[in-house]
Amino acid sequence: MMDILVFFLTGFGALFSILRIILGPSVADRAAALDTMNVIITGLIVFLAHVFESSLYLDIAIIYGVLAFLETVVFSRYLEVDPK
Amino acid sequence: MRKFLSAFVVFWLIWSVLSGFRMQDVLIGAVVSLVLSFVVSRYLSFSFDFRIFYKVFLFIVIYIPVFLYRMVLANLDMARRVLSPSIPLNPGFVKVKTKIKSKTGKLTLANSITLTPGTMSVEVDEETIYVHWVDVQGEEKEEYSKEISGSFENILGGIFR
Amino acid sequence: MTIIGYFFLLVGASFYALGGLGMFRMPDVFNRLQAGTKATTLGTISLLFGVGMLHPEWMLKILLIIVFLTITNPVSSSTLARSAYLAKVKTKTKKDDLKLLLNGDDDDD
Repeated sequence: MMDILVFFLTGFGALFSILRIILGPSVADRAAALDTMNVIITGLIVFLAHVFESSLYLDIAIIYGVLAFLETVVFSRYLEVDPK
Repeated sequence: MRKFLSAFVVFWLIWSVLSGFRMQDVLIGAVVSLVLSFVVSRYLSFSFDFRIFYKVFLFIVIYIPVFLYRMVLANLDMARRVLSPSIPLNPGFVKVKTKIKSKTGKLTLANSITLTPGTMSVEVDEETIYVHWVDVQGEEKEEYSKEISGSFENILGGIFR
Repeated sequence: MTIIGYFFLLVGASFYALGGLGMFRMPDVFNRLQAGTKATTLGTISLLFGVGMLHPEWMLKILLIIVFLTITNPVSSSTLARSAYLAKVKTKTKKDDLKLLLNGDDDDD
């Protein structure tokens, strides 16, 4: 029961970030929403480790966090160039 | 040499935490981090000595409780803003002066500013931090510094020099 | 122990929901970044701590993930804000002390 509630709230957050990715008027909005969604998914993977009772998911969460950070930094370096 | 030892200790600790504390894992981790720190240590720019234990102890005991308290306040404030029907905003960019010299201290100060109520650090240079503030109050620069970074400035200045 | 763990899990998940909602409702990029970063960082700390309470044998690894995310999440939001400022994204900002620095030389690092 509690697991379903936690999944519901987390999915609510991820859903609104995805809506912002689809709607976002500029590229910076989309990159910001993608960053938020990545952090939410990292937490969700750790929660999956609790649900499936397997500590393998913690390693997956670490790698996902590292890759998400790199992705955000690369996106922002790309955005810094003036589009004109 | 000191860089080599610091890198070795850091790599070995991370390896041990990630792979568990069985005998063979720890030994393989020692070999791997020896080779890795031999290769990498020329390019690193950090090193530490025995005062690090004292600093880490001070950091955990003094800094972390203040930080957690301010962060919960920040989140309640942000929740109030998000959930109210018409969002109360008065955003602006302001400058904040800082006296902290070391790079680690500046990084920690900028991160603390980002996670405390209503502010987010945008750019850092020699002695100023540029901050985006959701709800700008007052006109003078000294007020800004006191309002945004006062308590953290004192604590971190004591720890990091 | 279990009850405390589930309490932290619920608090973390509701802060995730608030972060997503703030990302959706706020009017421009910088305010969105503020809401998203604060809520998701506290949500991550709380949810991961809850999982660590439920499984105490994973606590060290979970503390490592918490420290890593608490350092990198504000850094990534700060770089995003800086690049959004440099790319001159439309904002609703009224007061701007930053013009002195960022209009002159663009990319020197």
